Amino acid sequence: MATRRGLLLSPRARNVLLGVYLLFTLLPIVWLFLSTIQTQASLLTMPVQFVPREVTLSNYTDIFKPAAFGENSGQSTFLLSLRNSLIVTISTTLIAMFLGTLAAYAFARFNIPQKRTLLLIVLGSQLLPAVSIIIPLFRMFKSASLLDTLASLALAYTTFSVPFVVWIMAGYFQSIPIELEEAARIDGASRFQTFVRVALPLAAPGLGATAIFTMLNVWDEFFFALIFTSTYVSKTVPIALAEFIGRHSVNWGMLVTGGFIASLPPILLSLVFYRYIVSGLAAGGVKG
Amino acid sequence: MAQSPLTLKPSPSPPRERGLGGRKGELSERALGLFMLAPMAIVLLLVIAYPLADSFWLSLHRMNLTRPEQGTPFIGLENYLFAFRQPAFWYSIERTLYFTLVSVALELALGLLFAVLLNEMFRGNLLARLAMIFPWALLTVANGVLWAWILNPSYGVLNALLMWIGVLQEPKQWLSDTFWTMNVIILADAWKTVPNMTLLLLAGMQPISHDLFEAAEVDGASHWQKFTRITLPLLRPVILVSVALRTIGAFRVFDIIYVLTGNGGPADSTKVISFYNYDQAFRFLYFGYGAAISWLITAFMLILIVIYVRLLRTEVVQ
Repeated sequence: MATRRGLLLSPRARNVLLGVYLLFTLLPIVWLFLSTIQTQASLLTMPVQFVPREVTLSNYTDIFKPAAFGENSGQSTFLLSLRNSLIVTISTTLIAMFLGTLAAYAFARFNIPQKRTLLLIVLGSQLLPAVSIIIPLFRMFKSASLLDTLASLALAYTTFSVPFVVWIMAGYFQSIPIELEEAARIDGASRFQTFVRVALPLAAPGLGATAIFTMLNVWDEFFFALIFTSTYVSKTVPIALAEFIGRHSVNWGMLVTGGFIASLPPILLSLVFYRYIVSGLAAGGVKG
Repeated sequence: MAQSPLTLKPSPSPPRERGLGGRKGELSERALGLFMLAPMAIVLLLVIAYPLADSFWLSLHRMNLTRPEQGTPFIGLENYLFAFRQPAFWYSIERTLYFTLVSVALELALGLLFAVLLNEMFRGNLLARLAMIFPWALLTVANGVLWAWILNPSYGVLNALLMWIGVLQEPKQWLSDTFWTMNVIILADAWKTVPNMTLLLLAGMQPISHDLFEAAEVDGASHWQKFTRITLPLLRPVILVSVALRTIGAFRVFDIIYVLTGNGGPADSTKVISFYNYDQAFRFLYFGYGAAISWLITAFMLILIVIYVRLLRTEVVQ
């Protein structure tokens, strides 16, 4: 087999490249992690120490104390922003999955006039940047008194999450053999029962992967949140981090620890569901 | 791209001939389909279609939130013409193109290299692939924080490393230099987006049959010839689609520039078009002018999106 000698790389070239790849990919992450487990004094040592001097886990507890990361009516802004992010992520994902799955099934199994064109419009709309629509959305939320609420964020996030769910799930439903649904019909199930009792369970892996991708995108979103939120009633984690870095004297230990903790849920989810990620990427599923 | 709906024929067969057709007393096929589409359509009309239209309406009016007494007079295309006369507008376009071209080129080069590597068979291959997930899944703002820390002139590890190996004699102020700021931001952004490109290209390489490489070897082809004569031509559709997708992504860059510079500086050297738009609309509150800029961005993005969708349809479907 050719594979023993390598498809395109000699074993030597492969090992060199593997080294380069691993250094490029992992060194910044390792540095991030090392920075989270040091005292502020150790972080601000000159010259820079490549190996931590004073190791501590206190950053991981301090960040949840009110004073350490910026305080808001006696509570840690980091904790408040985590709560806001969690609420908006879960609610947006539920809304997007509900609206998107219904529409996706209709696209996959019914004779919709202009089906292809409509699907392409849906795909295109999820690739539009936030700046295309943010000024009118701001006006809309302002007149509806929705500014600085989690509801405004959830609504704004449907602009990219709903089209994404429609696009991915329409493909997924089409890839499921139609015969089981036909059998259910012959047994007397209505079309809607067929959808709920047969098609939805069969699509469970696709639904799960799509929901996870949607959560990753919402958790990461920055621009809408920057414009629509103004207090910790609705500020999300990315906003809290960006604000903290803008302070005059930055507490680097808190900042890198905040970034690391906030990234743990998406990293862990993505590691577990690695094999589902590519299909989401191909649809432009990540807001760059 | 295995699950793209476009890879499948529309509607497997006319419904009347197969089992899913309508029955007496049920909603008709078309009625139920439209009924299921309606909730999505209503929401998307409200949050996408209406704002696009409203944005266009605004772009034809003068609207300055700091001077509400002026009202919102209709001024035709004046906002657009005003933009075309602004050197700052053209400069932001130039900066955006620079960012987009350099970062997509960098991503493509590294993505191809890493995809070739990860397509080889070796022990620990899956673990090596999973390493990509760390930069990929890191919060975008956390990536900005991480690089702000790495690039810190006094305590940052980049200066320390470069001085340690002797490339630099004294610490560099990476984020106060009109040349370096944009380039280190490209590096920081590419570090996080290379996995995206790599995963797409790798997915495109996997179906290429190993028999082709074996046959080429029998004919005495070198590794380089196999790459240029087999891998690249067969990967062409996937490369085109990935580049289109990443161009769309790069063109709207904002978050990381906001976190690393705060204001698109120094001297506007990182003020890309989305940042310029943000400034005009939300710092100076020129909503009419901001809407015009955002429509210019939208129009350009629509061109990119149409190119992407056409590539997806013509290149990948076959």
